[in-house]
Amino acid sequence: MTASPPSAATGAGPDWPLAIYRTLREAHVTQASYVPDAGHARLIRSLHEDEGVRTTVLTTEEEGIALSAGAWLGGARAVLLMQSSGVGNCINMLSLTASCRIPLLTLVTMRGEWAEFNPWQIPMGRGTSAALAAMGVTILRLERPEEAGEVVAAAAALAFDGDQQVAVLISQRMLGRKKWVEGK
Amino acid sequence: MSGQGTSETAGMLDRRQAARTLLADRRDLLVVTGLGSPSYDVFDAGDHDGNFYLWGAMGGAAIVGLGLAQAQASRPVVVVTGDGEQIMGTGALMTVAMARPGNLTIVVLDNGHYGETGMQLSHSGLGVRLDRVARACGFENTTEISDEAGLQAYRPELAKTSGGPRFARVRIATGHVERALPPRDGAYLKNRFRGHLGFAVS
Repeated sequence: MTASPPSAATGAGPDWPLAIYRTLREAHVTQASYVPDAGHARLIRSLHEDEGVRTTVLTTEEEGIALSAGAWLGGARAVLLMQSSGVGNCINMLSLTASCRIPLLTLVTMRGEWAEFNPWQIPMGRGTSAALAAMGVTILRLERPEEAGEVVAAAAALAFDGDQQVAVLISQRMLGRKKWVEGK
Repeated sequence: MSGQGTSETAGMLDRRQAARTLLADRRDLLVVTGLGSPSYDVFDAGDHDGNFYLWGAMGGAAIVGLGLAQAQASRPVVVVTGDGEQIMGTGALMTVAMARPGNLTIVVLDNGHYGETGMQLSHSGLGVRLDRVARACGFENTTEISDEAGLQAYRPELAKTSGGPRFARVRIATGHVERALPPRDGAYLKNRFRGHLGFAVS
């Protein structure tokens, strides 16, 4: 069950992805890269529809660390969107942003932590925070839809003004259960 | 061109001379280098505030170049890396090709070996043709360069800010070269590079 119920009027789903989108643009983010996740689908769509944002689809999440670093070298701010399973793919590439003290802002939708159907998602979900912490990434948790804008704004400031690598972990509880069987 | 990138058809180009030829008269070119010898080669060709040397992040050089090229669309950007580094980031060739940065060129100095770790054969040395991989990944502009004349003819491509991304496989020799070590401090290299582009250290 989603903690933020879909809008009955429009059927467009929860509003918090749009709050994140607006916050990213207010933070002057102009590049966005992603490995798709259903929980990020609406945000990805909004970023694609914005001509002021260069969107880049990645083959693996670690590319997004390198892309964010390159963008910063060129004076641009980037965001990386991924699922918790992708955090493990990023480990060594995080040495780039750590060694160069390059800002990193990544938004991670969590799997394996709340009403998870797929046992294969659970080990990396359980290890996500530890993996990020091991590489010096600051972790902020987003648990409540109404706090989406505030948490992402704080993360962006911490990253781009504070020269930190920051991950916002978006609670699986906010994303709703994945529907595995049609009609159920 | 033999058509087979196997070790018995190894390249003949001197890697240091290759870097010097490609980067001569570089003007407003921005350069990202892959870890290991390509960083040393580019440094040896002449240190420059517009150079960003990777000392790690293996597999990331081409994508650092992509992020930079997207942020600085009016400047030509070249990534100079090695076959082993690019092979670790093979998927990045798809990402770069689909992003279509017109101002980005990827140059792989390809000796078919892992030079930093004891000269073990790489997949390139075992027969994978990286220029063909790049083409299959979506690069429409790929080339293989085997001699000095080819390098000189290719150099104007690096100055272009449209028509990319380009991919060049430069067949270099495996011979030993003296180390030439660029600065390793990443924060320094970052600030130097951004300063070159006019971004003040905050």
